[in-house]
Amino acid sequence: MIPLSWYLILSGILFSLGVFGFLLKRNIITIFMSIELMLNAVNLSFVAFANYWNTHPGTLPSGAGVLPLSGHIFVFFVMVVAAAEAAVGLAIIISVFRTRETLNVDRVNLLKL
Amino acid sequence: MFIHQFLFVVFGLICVAGAINLLVQRHPINSALSLVVVMASLALIYLLLGAEFVAAIQLIVYAGAIMVLFVFVIMLLNAGAEERSRGSQIALFIGVPGVVVLATTVAWLMGQSANRLGDVSISPSDFGETHAIARLLFRDFLLPFEITSVLILIAIMGAVVLGKKESQ
Repeated sequence: MIPLSWYLILSGILFSLGVFGFLLKRNIITIFMSIELMLNAVNLSFVAFANYWNTHPGTLPSGAGVLPLSGHIFVFFVMVVAAAEAAVGLAIIISVFRTRETLNVDRVNLLKL
Repeated sequence: MFIHQFLFVVFGLICVAGAINLLVQRHPINSALSLVVVMASLALIYLLLGAEFVAAIQLIVYAGAIMVLFVFVIMLLNAGAEERSRGSQIALFIGVPGVVVLATTVAWLMGQSANRLGDVSISPSDFGETHAIARLLFRDFLLPFEITSVLILIAIMGAVVLGKKESQ
């Protein structure tokens, strides 16, 4: 029996650390990894709420056809989108590196070179 | 029941330590490996929530496929230690305090409403099993599933076009 709030606090901590990485890191690959960390934090709260709604069906919003298992389906879709995003984003990073020879975001300040 | 709380605390601390290590390390390969640690311990936390399928695809897709892609790119670009540069002053002086305020607000609200929210536990039913998810995914969420497969196809083509060398 773990309180739901513990999961949500862990999710909040991971999300905040991801935002810190996004704001403070200067390497474009590390910034991209911080985005993945934020997606993972959101996934954790999706799964925690799915389990919570399964064990407490009375707290479901009335009228909405919400299935408790939809949380898992949403995590699945988030992972699919994250995979697509990683493929395209890393290809963009490679093409940026080819033209600029740097991974520092402060030196990538023009859309076209 | 106590073992669940113990496991949650252990893997939650590993998660947070890995995420902090991601921020502290200056070399991208160290950050990538600590992100793998975060994802693997998150998969164990998903198991504590009874989400077997999600835990499996967390390990296979995230810790396996996506992070291998990251490590490939880091090695391909021969990325060295991060350069120190000043960066954005707005991000430093508005973004960071904003995130601190957001995190403390979330933690405070959750601490306040902990008793009203209640507990989660592993249910004895087939909740989170693969066949239940598959029934939902291929029946109720069939159209979104097909749309994501088109999205993946577009992403593959985009990655090939972007990664292709410019023709002379």
